[in-house]
This record gives sequence, structure tokens and C-alpha cells, in this order.
Amino acid sequence: MSAPTTVTAEVEEKRRGTVARLIRDPQAVVTGSILLLMVLAGLFANVIAQHGPNEASLSAALAPVGTPGYPLGGDQSGRDILARLLHSINTAVVSALIGASVAALVGTVSGLIGGYFLKLRGVTEWVFTLIMTFPGMLLLILLMPVTKGDYRFTMLIFGVLLSPGIYRIVRNMTIGVSNELYVDAAKVSGVTNPRILFRHVLSVVRGPIVISTAFLCGTSISTQSGLAFLGVGSKEIPSFGAMISEGFKNIHLAPAQYLWPSLALGLMNACIVLFGNSLRDILQGAQPKPQKIAVAHVAQGFEALDIDTGKASLLSVRDLGIAYRSPAGDLNEVVRGVSLNLKAGETLGLVGESGSGKTQTAFGVLGVLPNEALVTRGSVRIDGKEILGLPEADLINVRGSQIAYVPQEPMSNLDPVYTVGKQLIEGIMASTGVKRAAAKERALELLDRVGIPDPAKTFKSYPHEISGGMAQRVLIAGAVAAAPRILIADEPTTALDVTVQADILDLLRDLQREMGMAIVLVTHNFGVVADICDRIAVMKQGEIVEQGTTVDVFADPQHDYTKMLLNSILDEDTVRSDAPVLVEAAGGEVR
Amino acid sequence: MNAPLLKADGLKVSYPVRGLGKKPIEIVHGVDFEVGRGETLGIVGESGSGKTTIGRAILGLAMVTGGSVRFDGRDISHLGARDRRDLSKGIQVVFQDPYSSLNPSLTIGATLAEPLIVQGWDKAKATRRVLDLLDRVGLPKNAAARLPREFSGGQRQRIAIARALAPSPRLIVCDEPVSALDLSTQATVMDLLIDIQREQGVAYLFVSHDLAVVRHISHRTAVVYRGDIVEQGSTRQVTEQAEHPYTQRLLLAAPVADPLRQEKRRADRERLRAAQREADLQAAGF
Repeated sequence: MSAPTTVTAEVEEKRRGTVARLIRDPQAVVTGSILLLMVLAGLFANVIAQHGPNEASLSAALAPVGTPGYPLGGDQSGRDILARLLHSINTAVVSALIGASVAALVGTVSGLIGGYFLKLRGVTEWVFTLIMTFPGMLLLILLMPVTKGDYRFTMLIFGVLLSPGIYRIVRNMTIGVSNELYVDAAKVSGVTNPRILFRHVLSVVRGPIVISTAFLCGTSISTQSGLAFLGVGSKEIPSFGAMISEGFKNIHLAPAQYLWPSLALGLMNACIVLFGNSLRDILQGAQPKPQKIAVAHVAQGFEALDIDTGKASLLSVRDLGIAYRSPAGDLNEVVRGVSLNLKAGETLGLVGESGSGKTQTAFGVLGVLPNEALVTRGSVRIDGKEILGLPEADLINVRGSQIAYVPQEPMSNLDPVYTVGKQLIEGIMASTGVKRAAAKERALELLDRVGIPDPAKTFKSYPHEISGGMAQRVLIAGAVAAAPRILIADEPTTALDVTVQADILDLLRDLQREMGMAIVLVTHNFGVVADICDRIAVMKQGEIVEQGTTVDVFADPQHDYTKMLLNSILDEDTVRSDAPVLVEAAGGEVR
Repeated sequence: MNAPLLKADGLKVSYPVRGLGKKPIEIVHGVDFEVGRGETLGIVGESGSGKTTIGRAILGLAMVTGGSVRFDGRDISHLGARDRRDLSKGIQVVFQDPYSSLNPSLTIGATLAEPLIVQGWDKAKATRRVLDLLDRVGLPKNAAARLPREFSGGQRQRIAIARALAPSPRLIVCDEPVSALDLSTQATVMDLLIDIQREQGVAYLFVSHDLAVVRHISHRTAVVYRGDIVEQGSTRQVTEQAEHPYTQRLLLAAPVADPLRQEKRRADRERLRAAQREADLQAAGF
């Protein structure tokens, strides 16, 4: 595939730096600016305020707001409240920087080591679990004789106490990244461990570290204020906590004194948290979210195509269009006017490469689509009855009894929390309306029917206790429980071994013969098509380019795309026959 | 007779189990095989057979617990970190999943240059080599400045091949390199691998579950079943005159892309299954 990739606008968007995207987020801009202003005000405290933070003047004691030289008044000892407030910002910023950066540094380094080197993990786990057991605030108070009341030293210790949070995040992500193939490839390329950690692992864990560190800044400020409020530490250092504590004592004489530091502390912490949230949205928002499948949404003003199907076939799809909205808001059709017919007892192969729209078409026929998808046009009828635009309540009656589904990944379609039997019973009760006891009996019958050697044992098993092939048999059993008339199978054997695949195809064939159901088989494998399909529809870029009986299409393909696909199949009769080229051995001899 | 490029003797591989005193689980139970210079050895097997583990053991990514692996006559089964890094000039890898085998946050140029930089190439020389490699695998030069997400699966696999070729290795372990690709892409990537082999004489250990792919690229083929090699020989011999019952089952289970021939194969498979069941029953003493 040498076609040049088009660099889409979306990719350009992702490429843009974090800072550029932060600037476009109003929440980040507002909170970031407030924080910046506060920091600047703290830095220029000596210029803005006319007095030093500890400069006391008897005449200014409990001065009211607006006193000349004391815009916010004076405190009990006659110190300038504005000056103390501005210097408290500095204390808060220094606390945040020390606490958060120590936590980030200690947590990141140990997290990388513990996550990457299996042998050292035991040690780091033990150490950080121990740190987590320390009661933080109490320990900081107890250590006051050691820290000599210096809040910076206290915050340094507090940073270590905060580090387990970062450690856990980094350790977990590092374990995840270490299992990525690109880390293996780097090892094989002779890259040293420190370089792998720095280049490959750190680049992935960087985002979450930045986010957590932002939140830890808030925690550090609150803790420092809390300690100061309790009166722990040096009385000389102006801080929000100490100011609130003093304001508290004078709350009846001068209620406003209590207000200023509380407002400043509240504003600062709120801004840090909100800014951290914006940062998280931007750094992690780009990650793909799992797709939710729901009842197919129809486009505004959609009306099902009213066509006379004449000799009503079992399933009739006419001019089906399915679209996704692009970031710019335009509708992008991924299925573009697909028409299909299916008779009872017939198997239709829907074939195409990835991105051809074959799975979307199959989902559309089931009346379910990812939440973002829209049905734009067309009609899907079962026995002449329109499915598109039907409310969920009516669709429930159709699913299971009329139309059923077998997925590609059997394991991810079974809930690991419940036993196989429980899940089967649930489905049988929903699709046939029988009571629990009857459903259990039917489930055991079905498990036996789909070729499971010991149905009673499998019935009681959890999904992880059975193999992929067995899981697929279980899902087929569930799908055919209510004897549906149409079975949609989306790559039902792609995830399975070839010997298991052959067995599953045999099973589908037998069940079809027995129940007379029609099968729509979505696949990219022409061997599977040749094995089981009566007819075949070849899809390319959302359209069906060729349709016909399997024998005809294989023998005499009409469309160029079909010919290209059939030519790409590796011919069974050609075995590699050229001899290995002569290569000089290390010693210079030729073999 | 010259020594083969790679030779495994009674190779056993295990995975450690977490927890004190737990024994490692043995995945590969002692296999013998050789890969000659410039030759492709196909390793076929189903999931859980141990085929991927054999490849990982040769790459030093899985623990060799018995037997030996010799590369160019030298035992590489228990190399230290430094020797293993040196060996990267000789043995390289292409993995199955083109999405997780490239670091999403590094440009293609940085990914391709890394194996060269760690071997002490200077930057300008490495950059020139990267452009040559991109050209060799059929990608435009401007790919170097782009990120993996801007490329399709087939293109990413070409990038992975270029990375493997960077230090001019003599052996590349290919672990299902085309299994995640579309049919038409699969064919072109296989042709690229074969062309490179003819041109540079690199040997492949080609691990796959897909017989058709193995047939196409392998001079010789080994069939792995439950951690043992049950059959090996020239590809034609293994795929046309299979002797082991498992190989026979495997061959008949793979559907052929021709409705008429497939119908016949299905019938053959049914017959073989009946015959093997009969034999099993007799062996069990019934």
C-alpha cells in the first residue's frame, strides 16, 4: 500500500502542542490568568504594599479597611493585612513547588524503576506502602523539632509523603508500556534500559504525571495552610493559614480580617483544581474512547424508503446510507447506498477490506449503530416490515427472535463476572420469554447441540475457563436460542485457529440446515466465503461493487476491484521454489 | 559443510510465574531446527503452540531453560545485557501488530535512527541511512518527519521492516508480520520481504499461523504443536506430503479460496477426521 497518506485536519489538530490547545480552552485561560496574576502580585509584594509583612505599628492595630497605607486594614498586632496577604501568596507558591516537585520526582523515578525492573518491584512496593501508612499531618507536626519550624523543610517531607500517589500511576503505566511491542523492538535494537525508560516510557507517562502534579500543588498549599492555622511552625512567616487563624480570634471585632486570606486561599485552590482539570482534558482527551453501540439514530427528516418489494424476500436492504459527523459537522457517508436481498436458508458473504463499510452495513441491518453514527437514507425490511426508525421497544421484539448476531471476538462478548450458563439463561429468557427453569433446560440442550463436550460443566464455567473456540460455540448457542430467521455473523472465525474455524463453519452450516435460517457472513477471508456462502457481495468504500453467486464471482469476476482482491489471494499451488541466495559466511567461505 | 546461521538444539523455553516458589511454565519442550544463511524457515502453529515463544527466545525476550541456540557458531542462549546489545547488529525483529510496534510519540525518523544511534553512528550518517531505508521499503522521504498514526497498517509494517533492516542484520525474526493486514496489502508486504532477501541475503525465521503465507515465503517449514516441532522439511514436502496427523488436519482445515475445491477439501477433512478418530480409539485399546 504505497498510496500517500493525506494528513487530515484532525491530525494537524493533535499535532499542535499542549500549550496551544490550553490557550484555546476558556477555563484554562481564566484560571491560568488568575493564578498568574496572584503569583505576580506575590512577587511584587514589596512594591504593591507600603509595609513589610512583619512591620507592626501600634496605631494600625485593627485598623479598618481603607485606612491610608493599609488598604485592607491592619491586624491585631498592627501589621498591614495587604502586605501579609501578598507575602502569604509567596509562601503558598513555594510550598506548592517544593511539595509537588518532590512528590513528582520521587514518585516518577521509583515508579519507572519499580514498573520496568520486575526484580526491584518488590522493594519499591514495600517502601511506598510503608510511606502510605504514615499519618501525614501528625508526622509533620511530630517532626517540627527536626524541621525547626521551617515550612520549606516541612513541605519537602510532605512531598515524600505525597509521592506514593505518583508512584502508583507511573508504576502501572510503566508496566503497561513495558509490554508494548515497541519496547521489545527497542531492546532487540540494542537500546539500553535507561534509554528505553527515558525515551519510550517517560514520553507516555509524562501526561498523567503533569496532571497529578498540578493537583498536588493544591494539596501542598492546603496542608501548609492547615499546619499554620494550627499554629505549627514559625510565626514569622506570613501564610494564609496563620492569617485565618488570627482573623478567627478577632472575628467579632473585625470580621473582614478573616475574609481576605480565606478568599485568597479558596480562589487559589479552586483555580489550581480547575486548571488541572483542563490540563487533564487536553492531555488525555485525545485518547480514543470505547465505542458505544445503541439503537441506530436516524438523520433529521429521515423517512424510510417506501418501496414495493414485490415478492417480499426475508431481508431486504435498499439504498442504505450510514454516515458519521466530521469534526467540522459535515456528514461523512461510510455506507453509501447499499442494497441487499436475502432469502430464507441462504448464506450471503459480505466481503471487503478494512474500512469498506461491511461491518457498519451489518450493524445497520441489526438496527444498532455506534452512538455517533446516523442512518441517512434507505430501508431495511424483514418480511416487508421496516426496521429503520423503529423505537427500541419494538426492536427488542425483532432481535433474538427474528434476527440474531454472532460477534468477531467471542471472549470480549462474554461478561467475565457471570458464568456461561447465567448469561445464556438471561438471553434465552429475553428472546423467547420462557421461565428460568425452562431456559436452563434449553441452554443445556443448546450447549450440547453446538458441540460442547460436557455441557453441564461448561454451563457452570466462567468465560476465562473456556477456550476461544468454546466461547464462540457458546455465543452461537445464545444467538440461535430463539430460532432466529436471520443470523448476522461478523467475522465469526477471524479470531480463531484454522482448525477451530473449520469446526465453527461446519456448525453454522449444520444449524442453518436444521433451522432454515438465513446467514449474513461478514468476512475478509475468501476461503471462508468459498466454504460456506451461496452468494457474495463485494464492498469497497461503502458501496457494493459486485454481487452474485459465489461460484460465478470466483470463476468470472466482473469488477476490477474483485479481480484485484482475488488476485491477491496467495495461490495454494505455488510453493517458494527459488534457492536461498549465496551469502558469505563470517569466515569468508561461500556455502 | 558450513555451520548454519542459526541452530537450536533441544531448545526449551519457559515463562516465569509470579509468586515465591512457583515453578516457571515450560512453553517449548525441546526443539531442534536450523536456519541457513539467506534462507527462510517457516514456523507454523496455532495459538498457544509456542511458535511465538521460539522467536522470542532467539531474540532474548524469553527465558531459555534448556538446550542451546547458536548464532554463527556462538552460543547465544544466555547472553549478558552487553553481549545481547551487540547481537542486535546480527538479529532483528518484525512484529505482528503494526500499531503497537511503533512508539506513537516518536517520529518515523527517530524510530528508524534509534538502532543506529545506539550503535554509535553520527547523526548525519544515520539520517542518510534512514532516507535510504524509507526508499527501500517504498515510502516517501517526508515520512521521516511524520508520526505513526498518520500511516496505514501496511505502511507501518513497512516502517517496522525498515527498522529491522537498519543495522543490516543477517537474521530477522518475523512474528506474524502480515497477519494483521488486508489481503491486498499482505501480498505487497510479502513481496517486499522476498525482494529484500534476494537482494541482501538476510535469513528469516518466519512465524505464522497462516499456511498460505508460509508456503509463499519459506524454503523450509517446521510445524509446531503444543510446544514441540512435530514435522519439518522442505516446504513442498511438509505441505504436500504431510506425515504427522496434526499437520494433515491443519492442511485440510485451511479453506481454499475456490468454492469447488473447497467442497472437496471439506469432504477430505471429514474423512480424515473419521479415520483419525478410529485410529485413536484403536490406540486406546477399544
